[in-house]
Amino acid sequence: MAVELMTDMSQTVAAHPAGTRRYRRATTEGPVAKGVLIAMALGFLALFLVLPLIAVFIEAFRKGAGEFLFALREPDTLAAIRLTLTVAAIAVPLNLVFGVAAAWAIAKFEFKGKAFLTTLIDLPFSVSPVISGLVYVLLFGAGSMLGPWLKSHGIEILFAVPGIVLATIFVTFPFVARELIPLMQDQGTGDEEAALSLGASGWQTFRFVTLPNIKWGLLYGVLLCNARAMGEFGAVSVVSGHIRGLTNTMPLHVEILYNEYNFVAAFAVSTLLAGLALVTLVLKSFLEYRYGDEIAAAAKH
Amino acid sequence: MSTLVAAQGWRFRKPSVIPGFGLTLGFTIAYLTLIILVPLSGVAWRTTELGWTEFWAIATDERTLKALRISFGTSLIAATINVVFGTLVAWVLVRYRFPGRRIVDAAVDLPFALPTAVAGIALASIYAPNGWIGQLLAPFGIKAAFTPLGIVIALVFIGLPFVVRTVQPVMEEIDNEVEEAAATLGANRFQTIQRVILPGLAPAVLTGFALAFARAVGEYGSVIFIAGNIPYVSEIAPLLIVIRLEEFNYAGATAIAAIMLIISFAMLFAINLIQAWSRRRYGYGG
Repeated sequence: MAVELMTDMSQTVAAHPAGTRRYRRATTEGPVAKGVLIAMALGFLALFLVLPLIAVFIEAFRKGAGEFLFALREPDTLAAIRLTLTVAAIAVPLNLVFGVAAAWAIAKFEFKGKAFLTTLIDLPFSVSPVISGLVYVLLFGAGSMLGPWLKSHGIEILFAVPGIVLATIFVTFPFVARELIPLMQDQGTGDEEAALSLGASGWQTFRFVTLPNIKWGLLYGVLLCNARAMGEFGAVSVVSGHIRGLTNTMPLHVEILYNEYNFVAAFAVSTLLAGLALVTLVLKSFLEYRYGDEIAAAAKH
Repeated sequence: MSTLVAAQGWRFRKPSVIPGFGLTLGFTIAYLTLIILVPLSGVAWRTTELGWTEFWAIATDERTLKALRISFGTSLIAATINVVFGTLVAWVLVRYRFPGRRIVDAAVDLPFALPTAVAGIALASIYAPNGWIGQLLAPFGIKAAFTPLGIVIALVFIGLPFVVRTVQPVMEEIDNEVEEAAATLGANRFQTIQRVILPGLAPAVLTGFALAFARAVGEYGSVIFIAGNIPYVSEIAPLLIVIRLEEFNYAGATAIAAIMLIISFAMLFAINLIQAWSRRRYGYGG
């Protein structure tokens, strides 16, 4: 009986001839099964998602706040933070421009080979990050044609900042485009045609009609793109050369510190990256909650 | 511009009054070619330069084979675990209402947002023999960190959102009437779930599995800290590529990369087939 009393309020209450016995709906599980399933799901998520996140912060403060702050003020750490911000500041806007252009061409026009082009844009997602780095090593490395020629002209790509930027652009390539394409396809071309028929120029149409329509979706794509750009490890690791203070991004700096058994410093830098992840998740959830209709990814679930 | 000519015969695009087609498509293709296609074709180019015998020698090298087997084996196990728990998590999020559901829903995306290196060192510290979970497992003689089991744990972390986010939207669209019909016809709840709901979810679950698997095979950052990276035992294929590169053995690195690329493109193709099949059969993509 106690089990029956726990029945969710939202379920249908059926009057029973003998009294007020409640029946559960035929399309849901009993409260015990429900409780067990919720407990299993939450237990699994706690073990696999929450625990690592907590571990980052606890390990960072293991030797107190003083050590934590000291680790963050190290010149090499500051250089890594600066480099990560620089790389993201170059890679994200470039992929933003590409994303808008690709979405405009694909969503607003009908042309042959469109599906194939869309598949190609998604390509970097199915390539291992290590291979994303490797392709640039093959292109600009010692054995290539391009590398030595550029070097003789004083241009360093590999084991320098341009290589890191290129690898980052590669792995974050699809984020903005893949968010905008379904969104702009849903919106159709009616608004733009109206603007054009009223005498707006192409640029004015984009600036005052399309952009306001896609701004939240665009922000959503940029948010995800930025999180990946700042956190990328595999691809960047292959092209960076790991020169401390020069070509070390934050994730690479975490690796170096960790391998030196400087755990407090490694986890201290990690807290910054974990903080970035949390901020990204909060903003992402806010955008999905508040502007769900204007974001393609959120509309799907 | 082509509006007048396009009236008959083959045409590249449908006429439209919207401007900017040439500019945006041109830029898209140029950028795509420069950033993605040219560098990626370098792998194919270098592989053909190798010649078949040399490629085959690298591909069938004992260490390469072991690394590929470890990568694909652990990815398969991790993706299977993700299918079970990912579907469960999706079910709980879609069907039940409990306090904090929104936060849990948002937290599912954590592996997408958390840099892989951070996840890697956090998992390594938890599952190390003196870590929070590692010391609980130690009395049973289970070693998690620095063994293939550690690789599976990292890959489960990385792959979870792929399954949840593919299954969740399809689950939300299940028509309640189907379940009501099953109940009316005398099915108990377990039968309804097993015979009515799960078959309808199959394409989405399969797509989620393929996505999680594909991601796991290429994963590097979260794995290398917990794996221990012992050659022939817990060395994954992406790591072997990095090792070959550090030895300046570009041929070795390229050959392994080519094998992995071929397999992941086959996976991508399979995912597209599943989705096309699902659209035909169920009317929605997985």
